Amino acid sequence: MDAVSAAHRLWELAVTMVDPELEAVRSGDDRVFEELTRRHYPAMLRIAMAYVRDREVADDVIQEAWVTFLNTLDRFEGRSTLRTWLFGILTNLARARRRRESRFIPFTSLFERGAGARGPTVDRRRFGPDDRWKSPPPSWSLLPETVVESRETLAVVKGAIDMLPPKLREVMVLRDVVGLSSAEVGNLLAITPANQRVRLHRARAAVRQKLEGFLK
Amino acid sequence: MNCRQIVELMTDYLEGALSEADRKRFEAHMTDCDGCTEYLKQLRTTMRLTGRIADQSIPAQLEAELEQAFRDWKSRP
Repeated sequence: MDAVSAAHRLWELAVTMVDPELEAVRSGDDRVFEELTRRHYPAMLRIAMAYVRDREVADDVIQEAWVTFLNTLDRFEGRSTLRTWLFGILTNLARARRRRESRFIPFTSLFERGAGARGPTVDRRRFGPDDRWKSPPPSWSLLPETVVESRETLAVVKGAIDMLPPKLREVMVLRDVVGLSSAEVGNLLAITPANQRVRLHRARAAVRQKLEGFLK
Repeated sequence: MNCRQIVELMTDYLEGALSEADRKRFEAHMTDCDGCTEYLKQLRTTMRLTGRIADQSIPAQLEAELEQAFRDWKSRP
């Protein structure tokens, strides 16, 4: 078999690959559908909350996403995983919901226009005239693991993510909270890999900074 | 490369987006810079903790609504 037909075979295999859960949902298996909705809920809530502030609105959007998922099941060809496809539907619905709501609620913050967009992510006063660390990050290695991994620390992370400008927050949630790949997020948000890296870096640096303040 | 530049390249490094030459310079800097090594470690910890914040379980009401939505979908014409 030559390389081209080998690649074609591989592609065919990929598009016809059967996801047993998807097949079960298609055939109307309540138990599998319920298990799916339960398993994906935590990630879906974080995605929805990256766009809408209200928990009730978020749950509403999640419900809408599942209904859309069911109604488009016959169009799903398995080129992406069920998860990517579902989260794609949800992201689009949540973004649309925010656009609708932001007509009524002014959605501007100083952070969005200022510190979020450009400039260094680490305060330059922490570096000396030679641009080497003058005030390096204090090590977290000596802290007890129970502190670093505590519920309080996670609350700080959550709070820091909530305060990010929306464009940074959406990338961080999809990549670091939900665990989608860089390619998946690029497709979903229609942004270049370079732009995605800039946003991700700014987001991670901002959350790390908040953690540094909390863990000292 | 100095520390101020290195900290801005860390996500590019983690994403495998640095050129071969930059990656080597980056790694050379890291071998003898404790501050940058700690900073990179903290970014990784930040990412790990961020991956743990999705922990709420589905509210009973939403679960019931979804069950109903599934039944409606099954009985569609």
